[in-house]
Amino acid sequence: MAIPKVEDLRAAVATEPNMFTGAIPRKDWQDTFTEFKEGNFAYPAKPEMVEYHHFPNPRIWSPDQDDWKLPDGWEDIILNGLRERLDKFRSLKVFMDICVRCGACADKCHFFLGTGDPKNMPVLRAELLRSVYRNEFTVGRKLLGKMQGNRPMTVKVLKEWFMYSYQCTECRRCSVFCPYGIDTAEITMMMRELLHLVGVGINWILEPAANSNRTGNHMGLQPHTFKDNIGYLVDDVKEITGVDVHPTFNRKGAEILFITPSADVFAEPGIYTFMGYLLLFEHIGLDYTLSTYASEGGNFGLFTSNEMMKKLNAKMYAEAKRLGVKWILGGECGHMWRVIHQYMDTMNGPADFMEVPKSPITGTVFENARSTKMVHISEFTADLIKHGKLKLDPKRNAHRVPTFHDSCNPARAMGLMDEPRYILDNVVPKWHEMNENCIREKTYCCGSGTGLNTGEIMELRMRAGLPRANAVQDVNQRFGVNALATVCAIDRATLSTLMEYWLPNTSDDPSRATDVDVIGLSELVGNALVMDGEIENREQGLRFEELITTETEG
Amino acid sequence: MKVLRPIIAVLALIVAGGVLGIWQGTQMLVGVILPSIAFLVLIVGIIRKVIDWAKSPVPFKIPTTCGQAKSLSFIKEDRFESPNSKSDVIVRMFLEIFLFRSLFRNTSAGIKSNNSPKLHYGPSLWLWLFGLLFHYTFLTIVLRHLRLFTDPVLPGLAMLEYLDGFVQIGAPVLYQSNLIFMAALVALFVRRLVMPQVRYISLGSDYFPLLLIFSIGATGMLMRHYFRVDVTAIKQLTMGLVTLNWTNPGTIHPVFFIHVTLVSTLMIYFPFSKLMHAGGIFFSPTRNMANDSRATRHINPWNDPNIKPHSYAAYEDDFREFMVAADIPVEKELPPAPAAEKKEEVTE
Repeated sequence: MAIPKVEDLRAAVATEPNMFTGAIPRKDWQDTFTEFKEGNFAYPAKPEMVEYHHFPNPRIWSPDQDDWKLPDGWEDIILNGLRERLDKFRSLKVFMDICVRCGACADKCHFFLGTGDPKNMPVLRAELLRSVYRNEFTVGRKLLGKMQGNRPMTVKVLKEWFMYSYQCTECRRCSVFCPYGIDTAEITMMMRELLHLVGVGINWILEPAANSNRTGNHMGLQPHTFKDNIGYLVDDVKEITGVDVHPTFNRKGAEILFITPSADVFAEPGIYTFMGYLLLFEHIGLDYTLSTYASEGGNFGLFTSNEMMKKLNAKMYAEAKRLGVKWILGGECGHMWRVIHQYMDTMNGPADFMEVPKSPITGTVFENARSTKMVHISEFTADLIKHGKLKLDPKRNAHRVPTFHDSCNPARAMGLMDEPRYILDNVVPKWHEMNENCIREKTYCCGSGTGLNTGEIMELRMRAGLPRANAVQDVNQRFGVNALATVCAIDRATLSTLMEYWLPNTSDDPSRATDVDVIGLSELVGNALVMDGEIENREQGLRFEELITTETEG
Repeated sequence: MKVLRPIIAVLALIVAGGVLGIWQGTQMLVGVILPSIAFLVLIVGIIRKVIDWAKSPVPFKIPTTCGQAKSLSFIKEDRFESPNSKSDVIVRMFLEIFLFRSLFRNTSAGIKSNNSPKLHYGPSLWLWLFGLLFHYTFLTIVLRHLRLFTDPVLPGLAMLEYLDGFVQIGAPVLYQSNLIFMAALVALFVRRLVMPQVRYISLGSDYFPLLLIFSIGATGMLMRHYFRVDVTAIKQLTMGLVTLNWTNPGTIHPVFFIHVTLVSTLMIYFPFSKLMHAGGIFFSPTRNMANDSRATRHINPWNDPNIKPHSYAAYEDDFREFMVAADIPVEKELPPAPAAEKKEEVTE
């Protein structure tokens, strides 16, 4: 389905009658049916992908057909799966029991704000599962069933699960506002796991997961291609700055292993972020290596199942051990850092073969990563700046007036909020915060996280990204913000699309697609770095864009 | 209408309590036996539920961070929004439980409809306010009722009663907590009926406790201010409950038995319903865990050691020629000559 023109969608989101704009649905949510049509669902996983992961029920099917070709006895498979997960996850059990449906979460979800679909209110999304849970597992279910709105497990319910667990980016914004901390991510992660038990999953997650498993990265770049691509970036760095940078690959004995999302290696605008890394590491003479085997920071397992997450993540420690590095440095990525911060050590630790991370440049010991042995690039960079180890000329970024987009997971699952801001303060002349309801722990998702950045659901993505785009537009109009800085690879891809759609280019420069460019924070760092032996009066930024000032200062 | 069923249920309970409260024999049933059983169900039910929650492990450390984490020395940490230690977690939980911290964040989003839609946000604190008022006045009322279950009366209760009746209106004195309690209940109920989003998500089991508790409050106030029931007789009955010396003085107005029927229903309903949020909040992993998962390893009891990554050896076997050709170091060199047959180039 083609995506509507922006002016049409603008009118639609504000005026079409829905639960958010003030219209009240005539039917109770229990009585409405999920309608699948081209454009509102991500394509199902190809049979060969399902087979690759040894998941059950590989077949060709489509959500918009009535028959989903579910295996015999699928209801029992689901219910047994649910029972098993209730016994494994206290979060699930407690979150099934204690919601009082106060509604505080209702208008906190970007999917709800963009679509007005009542089942996108986090409370109802969870009720899709809760109604079945109550029907099967609670005392008094027979007596209270009607009053509690309990439902048996039916095809109708299963279809709702598929629709709405894939209209949740597991961003955890609702859990900030919930008086009991109920986290919809915990619930949709379980729903997705349950769906996989009967062979219901989407290709845009299972295929990248398969690629990550075999080639080490989600795009399926083979080792030589991975290295070649970085070679091109090395050439570009040379051309722009005149500086030779020296990345190494799979090098044993390096002090630090650097892992970043593979999108930074091959896709705009991530590649500029990568050039920033290259310049930074050269600037400080870091003894680091990249790995082609562990060449993906992102983890599509997080969007699939806890087992898959563990399997894909395990490469990081395995490679660190093989190469004998002292610790791991991680690039800018949102969900990658959810996995590293909250899951990696538990799943694949203890990482006792490494040392407590210590910056070789400043001597700072990263106590907060004492056990995991993995440090975020923003923590690392902020520390360098604080110790005056970087020669920075913020005026090199004078053509950028950024705002900062907190990515969901660094903000709400790590508490990494002020390190990037500290860096921004030091690498650009000025930048502006967005509306306080749209940043830090209240930040909005890009609308396409958790494996939803696939083309066939573009309208849905643009709607889900509306709250973010809206907040950017506001600072664009008020302060002339023309850049959206972020520390997330999915953001770099999806926010670019979002900006091009909602904030199309209004300038005279036909080469621009949008008024607001999406920029990795490390690109701004790299662009501001004054390198030894660089071209005098450098005229180009890392995107070959013209710089405003050509004077360099020490 | 989802609210109909709960209304009928509560009315039925009122009628049943009232009818059974007329005769001495049946008074014993609803005034003594029912609350005794109900109290047992409440206690056992809560314990069972809590044990049931506790039996499921917490495999991962998943706090929701609502502020800056402890990291570098020059980055200011937000200790209670992103707690790093047990003591910080305790403060965070205290703020959640006693002040409803997270609900205090509540905003209301709207969209202005014109050519360029604009989302706007405003504070939305009515729910927080009425929620807080309801819970604290409920607590006050429950504490005041301890007068009926202790002899001599617990120290401090007289002071509580004095403060609660501080305004000194009417005789017997009108407790402020009662008024606020009833007002908060009405507000919470009306909110459910009037706000479209909340109305849409509300189930019968959301209206039922509100109506039930409202009826408990109403019958209580009627007893005190309208029927002027025989408090001495009631205390005789309630002390009998506590001392297991069951008695029915026989001079108590039927409205008391309606009150007790409703309270008993609440106690029985409590452990099997959403009212368990009172206990559940203590178990919420997004709130009760420290954000120190990179500094201290959290153990998952069911972590499966058999889940291994696609090994490096298998990876190198797959790509060795390419790696050698690209000058990427390998563990095993290529077989001398002739070059191994070309592996299929699939990217899956």
